[in-house]
Amino acid sequence: MAHTYTDANFESDVLKSDVPVVVDFWAEWCPPCKLMGPIVEEVAGEIDEAKMKIGKLDVDANQTTAMKYNVMSIPTMLVFKNGEVADKIVGSMPKEKLMEKLAPHLA
Amino acid sequence: MRSVAIIGSGPAGWTAAIYAARASLNPILFEGSEPGGQLMTTTEVENFPGFIHGIQGPELMQVLREQAKRFGTEIVSAMVESLKQVEGGFELVSNGQTYRAQTVILSTGATAKRLGLESEKRLYGRGVSACATCDGFFFKGKNVIVVGGGDSAMEESSFLTRFAEKVYLVHRRDSFRASKIMQDRVKANPKIEIIWNSEVTDILGEEKVTAAVLKNIVTGETREMPIDGVFAAIGHAPNISLVQGLVDLDEKGYVVTLPGSTRTNVPGLFACGDVQDAKYRQAITAAGTGCMAALDAERFLSGH
Repeated sequence: MAHTYTDANFESDVLKSDVPVVVDFWAEWCPPCKLMGPIVEEVAGEIDEAKMKIGKLDVDANQTTAMKYNVMSIPTMLVFKNGEVADKIVGSMPKEKLMEKLAPHLA
Repeated sequence: MRSVAIIGSGPAGWTAAIYAARASLNPILFEGSEPGGQLMTTTEVENFPGFIHGIQGPELMQVLREQAKRFGTEIVSAMVESLKQVEGGFELVSNGQTYRAQTVILSTGATAKRLGLESEKRLYGRGVSACATCDGFFFKGKNVIVVGGGDSAMEESSFLTRFAEKVYLVHRRDSFRASKIMQDRVKANPKIEIIWNSEVTDILGEEKVTAAVLKNIVTGETREMPIDGVFAAIGHAPNISLVQGLVDLDEKGYVVTLPGSTRTNVPGLFACGDVQDAKYRQAITAAGTGCMAALDAERFLSGH
């Protein structure tokens, strides 16, 4: 299951995580985000939590975090390592391609 | 071997599926990489007959999909990677699986063109956007440029004024080709400023877009304009990678169909919607040709 990240838990669950964290920035009104939703869920189910955590952040309800990281287009996925942005993946894509992009970041 | 395979899931594809399914042809439809097609990134569709108060683009596509499903269309939520002619029909490969069909209805549509600038690629997702519906939200109180002169440029400009402080509509000619009602709406909107005879030749910024370089085509003058976002709505190109080398294309790359039909030069291969229409490109004309393709395929099959 993909995690749910918010402005409130971002620091503890993402920035202070021991393993890399992928955050999928999305919104209800964004059709390509909704296409990516099930793909992100699937990927989250396949990647070992000890190697990488995956979760979603609703930009509408959590604008502080979205603004802080300059998210200006969704879907955007940010990969966080030790509290820093290690990669930025913009746009929707098939599952295989997403897996390929995440592979180098697995702990 | 199946009788009908439909490639693409815009208004053309779903309408073809509805007709083919109702004719008991048991169609299989491949949704492709952008299910629902271009209407998925629009908001209100006001000119599709049957909806007095308009309908949201994604909702319309959902309804068409359900309707096609109700009559037994088999739906594959994947792209077709290859298409070739074989004895008695066609062979399609999707997600590693092979499918065979006597007829193929090609409804792969068209994709929005980009400006084609190096900086546009670099700043994509950093102020450069391909989807006003998705990204308008991030430009609250900011200034943005929309490039283009057709209906989609008008729609995006109007939509973006919900968020942006100011929308500059940049067009390379001195008049729009958009429909009058859309033009009037744009011209009456105090938040939209039209910049005629100009094009965006570069987009500037390190981490995010900070300015655009505008060139006046008449005077040749260039100037830098501070800006936060750039949206391109400069037309579409047909999605033909699957049929290149298989079927006749016109000089613009659109699939050629016989006048008054959806037949291509390849027997059993029919094309409908934007992939074969450089002229009208409306949801309703796509649906109309989708219907024609299903009827043409049905006639073709009964002759075999």
